[in-house]
Amino acid sequence: MEIAEIPAAAVQTASRSFQSRMRDQRSNVWVRRGLIALVLLYVGGLILMPLIALVAGVIEAGVGQALQELSKPDVLSAFWLTLWISVLVVCVHAVFGTLVAWVLVRHRFPGRNLLNALIDMPFALSAVVVGYMLLLLFGRNGMLAPVLQALDIQVAFAVPGMVLATLFVTFPFMVRELVPVLENFGVQQEMAAATLGANGWQTFWRVTFPALRWGFIYGLSLTFARALGEFGAVLVIGGGVQGKTETATLYIFRALDDRQYAGAYSAALVLGLFSLLLVMGTDFLRRKEKV
Amino acid sequence: MTSAVVDGNLGARPGRAPLPWGRWGVRAVALSYLAVILIIPLLVIFQDGLREGLGELWRQVTLPVAWHALKLTLWTAALMTVINTVMGLVTAYVLVRYEFPGKSLLNSLIDLPLSIPTLVTGVMFVILYGPQQALGAWLKDNLGFQVIFAPPGIVLVLLFITFPFVVRTVQPVLLELDRIQEDAAATLGAGSWTIFRRIILPPLLLPVLSGGLLSFARAIGEFGSIVIVAGNIPLYSQTAAVYVLGEVESENRLGASAVSIVMIAIALSLVLLVDFLHRRSQRG
Repeated sequence: MEIAEIPAAAVQTASRSFQSRMRDQRSNVWVRRGLIALVLLYVGGLILMPLIALVAGVIEAGVGQALQELSKPDVLSAFWLTLWISVLVVCVHAVFGTLVAWVLVRHRFPGRNLLNALIDMPFALSAVVVGYMLLLLFGRNGMLAPVLQALDIQVAFAVPGMVLATLFVTFPFMVRELVPVLENFGVQQEMAAATLGANGWQTFWRVTFPALRWGFIYGLSLTFARALGEFGAVLVIGGGVQGKTETATLYIFRALDDRQYAGAYSAALVLGLFSLLLVMGTDFLRRKEKV
Repeated sequence: MTSAVVDGNLGARPGRAPLPWGRWGVRAVALSYLAVILIIPLLVIFQDGLREGLGELWRQVTLPVAWHALKLTLWTAALMTVINTVMGLVTAYVLVRYEFPGKSLLNSLIDLPLSIPTLVTGVMFVILYGPQQALGAWLKDNLGFQVIFAPPGIVLVLLFITFPFVVRTVQPVLLELDRIQEDAAATLGAGSWTIFRRIILPPLLLPVLSGGLLSFARAIGEFGSIVIVAGNIPLYSQTAAVYVLGEVESENRLGASAVSIVMIAIALSLVLLVDFLHRRSQRG
C-alpha cells in the first residue's frame, strides 16, 4: 500500500502545474468570485457585525460608566463566583474527564458504545432541563431532600448545585478532545516503557501524558470557556440570588431586565472577550508548537 | 492510582492475563462518575414525568402553549439547519479550494461562536437588531421585518451558534479528496457543476448530514441566547426551553417534566443517530 502511494504522490507533484492550468481554464472566474463574496458577506454579517455591535454598544453607553458599573461590588462578586466555579469544574474534569476518556478508549465492556454516545447528551440537552433535573434530585421536595436535610447540606439554590450543573454541561469537552488523541497514540510506546521496567505512574507521566498534552490543555480551555458562559442550568438550580448565587451571566440577565444597559453590555463584553482570548490563545499556542 | 493506570493499559493487551483489581478500580471510578453526573439526573426526570402515567404526559405536552413552544423550537431549528448546511458547505469549499486575501482571518472567525457564551451572543444580536437600534428600527420601518422578540431573531442566533458545525465536519473530508478524479472528469468533458454534483458531493454527503444533525441537536436545547432575543411571548416566540423555565418557576412540575422528557427524547435520538453515522463513515 505504502509502496504504491509514493509514485502516485510523485506523479501528482510533477503534474501539478499542468493540472492547475487546466483547472484555471475550467473553473469559471465569476463563480469563484461570487462564492468568495457570498461567504465573506455571510460571515461578516452573521459573525463579525454582532461582535462589532457589542463593542459599539459599550462605547455608546460610555466607557467611563461601563468601568464604574463593572467595579460595583455585586458585579465583582458575580464575576468572582463565576471564576471560582469554573476553576473548580476544570480541576474535577481534568482528573475525571481524563479517566473517563481512558476507560472508553482502552477498556472493552458491554454498553461501551452506548456510553460513548451518551457523553454528547449535555451538548444536545437544554441547560434549563439540566438545572431542572438537579432540582428534582436536590430541591426542597426533591428525591434526596431527606438525606440532605439529615446531613445539613444545601445543594439547590446554593453553590454546590451550581457546580454540579456546570459539571454536567461541560462533560463532553475534555472527553471528546482526549478520545481521538488516545486512539491515535495506541499502546505500543506504553508497552515498550513497561518492558523497560517503568512502573505505571512513570509510564503514564513520561510516555502517555506528553502525547496527550495539547489535547488535555485544549480540552481544559474549552471546558473553562463553557463553564464561564453557563447560564440556563445555573439559573434554574442557583436561582440567581444577588450577592449569593449570582454569576456573571446571571448578572448580565438581571441588568438587561432592569435596563442597566451600560453594566449589561460591558459585562457581556468582558465575559465574551475573556473566553474568546482563552480558547483562541490556546489554539494559537497549540498550532505554533505543532509547526 | 499508580498501579491502576498501568493495569488499565495492560488489560488492553490481548493474550496477557489482566491484573483485575486495578483495572476494575479505574473502570468503576470512571463509570460511577459518569453515572452520578450524567445518567442518574437523566433517569430522575423520567421517573417524575411518568408519575401520573403516559396519558397525563401527553396531555401536558399537547397543552396549546407547550405544543406551540415545541413546534416553534423544531421549525426554527429545522430552518436554521437548512441554511447552515448550505452555507457551511459553501464556506468549507471556499476555504479549501480558493486562495484570497483575508482567508486566514475568515478561517479563525469560524470557530469564534464556539468560545463565546451564548448569553453574550444574545446580547450582541439585541444590540444590533433591537427595535431601538439603528439597524433594527430601519428593518422594521422599511421592510416591516421584526427580528428581536420574534422568530427571525431565534433563527439568526441559532445560525451564529451552530455555524462551525457543518464547516468543521466538511472541511477535513474536502481536504482529503483526491483531485485527480475531478481532472479526469474534466478531461472527459464534464462541466464544473456536473463535477461538483457527481464527484465532489457524494463523499461529502455523510459529513454534511452529521454536521447538519449536530447543529439541529444543538439548536433544540439552546436557551441563553434565545431567552434574550425571543422575549418569551407565549404562543408566539416562546421556545420549549423557555417554556420549561416558566413552568419550573411557577412550580408546575408535571408540565415542566413532560416537556423536558420530550426534549430529552429528541436529544437522545439525535445523539444516537449522529453516533451511528459517525461510526458508519469511519467504517466505510
